[in-house]
Amino acid sequence: MIDKDTLWLVIFGLGIGSYLLRFTFLGFVGDRPLPAWLVRHLRYTAVAILPALVAPLVVYSGEGGATDPTRFFAAAATLGVGIWTRNVFAAIGAGALTLGVLIYAMG
Amino acid sequence: MPFTTTKSAFWAGVRDGAPFMAVAGPFALLFGVLATEAGLNVFEVMSFSIVVIAGAAQFTALQLMQDEAPTVIVLLSALAVNLRVAMYSAALTPYLGRAPLWQRAFAAYLLVDQSYALGHAKFESDPSMTVPQRMAYYFGTCLLVLMTWFGCSYAGAAIGTTLPVGIPLDFALPIAFLSIVAPMMRTLPHLIAAGVAVVVALVAVAIPYSLGLIVAGTAGMMAGAQAEVWLKTEPMLPPEEGDT
Repeated sequence: MIDKDTLWLVIFGLGIGSYLLRFTFLGFVGDRPLPAWLVRHLRYTAVAILPALVAPLVVYSGEGGATDPTRFFAAAATLGVGIWTRNVFAAIGAGALTLGVLIYAMG
Repeated sequence: MPFTTTKSAFWAGVRDGAPFMAVAGPFALLFGVLATEAGLNVFEVMSFSIVVIAGAAQFTALQLMQDEAPTVIVLLSALAVNLRVAMYSAALTPYLGRAPLWQRAFAAYLLVDQSYALGHAKFESDPSMTVPQRMAYYFGTCLLVLMTWFGCSYAGAAIGTTLPVGIPLDFALPIAFLSIVAPMMRTLPHLIAAGVAVVVALVAVAIPYSLGLIVAGTAGMMAGAQAEVWLKTEPMLPPEEGDT
């Protein structure tokens, strides 16, 4: 269970932090261009941090840190269909369907 | 087509933003459901969605809080996921930077993937727009998307407790994340960034306080940026779909 004090700290910390990220350039920086190296790194934040967050949830998804094959294949289906179709809903559908079918098939 | 009034610019924004309800809605719904499953009540879910309005960052924070990661790590990781909005802010500044401060302050609160993508494309293709017209268009794109975001968060929180047990909700979050990330894999540097982040994350799970995530994310980011330099990929400011 999530601790309530932590929860409110995260809600407001994340709210203020996200607002500052959004406001920085529109509000403070104005028209001055960003250094190229900074823009280059900003471009890869989401594609680095999200896979880093998901990878352990997929690979260590079974009992005692083993890989649960149903969850592994569901993740692979989501990723494969997502890259192939570039469509968020097709990806979710493929992942959910694979997970459902495999859980049913394996009893 | 040049706009004659700020009002017509606003309604053009509303029209262009409408299709994005289909993207924002399901994610808000899922957030509401998963947050409720994690023990949040309706008021907390709504506060989260209204204060933060950033889908991927909210999912990240929720996952890490459930893993009982230290609060600093929860905040750092979720903000890192949200760093792209700083890029959006920078990209819109040449078009909106001369608007009054209170308008820019409000526009910043509403800066999400959809308003950035629509606004930037419109301002670029129609240089005759005045600053008030641009602001009106921008606010217009937010109207339906934001109403959907808040409404579906509420709906998700309301149905969250009534879902039957046995649905493997534990894996809904990884699937949601993967579906957000997969369409972002547009270039080789993006794939390299993701690949390096995954490998480091799997090795670094042993690092305490969930710091492995920050280490892996930083490594992936640097790998992507470096690969871009080596491969000389076209730089771009892509709209990133499937996320609010």
